Amino acid sequence: MFMTKKQAQLLLLAAGVLMLLFGLWRGEADTVFSKAIRLCMECVGIG
Amino acid sequence: MDKKKKKLSPLARFRGFIQAGATLLTNLHLPNFAKGTLYQGGGKYVCVPGLNCYSCPGAAGACPVGAFQAVVGSSKFRFSYYITGILILFGVLLGRFICGFLCPFGWFQELLHKIPSPKLSTKKLKPLRYLKYAVLLVMVVALPLLAVNELGMGDPFFCKYLCPQGVLEGAIPLSLTNAGIRAALGKLFTWKACILLAVIVGSVVFYRPFCKWLCPLGAFYALLNKVSLFQMRVDTHKCVSCGACAKACKMDVDITKTPNHAECIRCGMCMKACPTDAIQYKFGLGDQSNTETTKE
Repeated sequence: MFMTKKQAQLLLLAAGVLMLLFGLWRGEADTVFSKAIRLCMECVGIG
Repeated sequence: MDKKKKKLSPLARFRGFIQAGATLLTNLHLPNFAKGTLYQGGGKYVCVPGLNCYSCPGAAGACPVGAFQAVVGSSKFRFSYYITGILILFGVLLGRFICGFLCPFGWFQELLHKIPSPKLSTKKLKPLRYLKYAVLLVMVVALPLLAVNELGMGDPFFCKYLCPQGVLEGAIPLSLTNAGIRAALGKLFTWKACILLAVIVGSVVFYRPFCKWLCPLGAFYALLNKVSLFQMRVDTHKCVSCGACAKACKMDVDITKTPNHAECIRCGMCMKACPTDAIQYKFGLGDQSNTETTKE
């Protein structure tokens, strides 16, 4: 087998943490925040 | 078999309460429904695990699907490592347990399914399951990334054209208290309201049609269901191959063949149906799915 389930889980957990931290570092959370605190026109069907 | 002697997991036993609690926690800012405003605190930096519109007045966090599209469709970024990382962590830890226990829209569909009516099986509609992967790939990733305006910004296609949560949690409560929003609703709202209506009617006769066929978040978690730490375990020594679990499963999964099938939302209906208590929840690294592969 190429990889055990445990190895795949650990690899994915590490990838998740690294991606999250990289996204935080380059400021993606601010984009998320600014979208999330305002009325999403597309979501509610205004356009 | 005497049902009182069944050793049913508290998770499965109290699933309805957990779903209600998760929906409340996800939409904790209840006074905003009366005020017609949105919560604007720090919780919105983080996304919630289930499908929950961030334009819901009570929303305590960001919608993961909406947030991903907002980042990808912005002029600054082409991909969201932040949201993908959060979703990978949610998915690897819990898999589609999130769909079965924590998603407000999943719970909404389940409540609708309790309305007395003729119920239709989805077993013959299994190919429609693959639609949700197309929705994830096309409407959530590709279109917001590629169909951009002159500023390099893309629309959140899933939120704009398909997601019924925005109407249910956003447009309806906000338009009740805000005349400006009510006046601004037009053709797009009518289209999305029709989708919501179709999902509502569909949910009464089918079990969780949106989760099965259209939800991109369910699709993402489904991809990680096989490797999630939260797993289903079938004790092959106890199993009598009666088929009661497969018959009870409303997600059309035979857990004895594939304990961690992509469609399994860990609802525990198979556990309730099993006459020998052969099915259990397990949480941990490695393969815990059956006694053949797990050494205790």
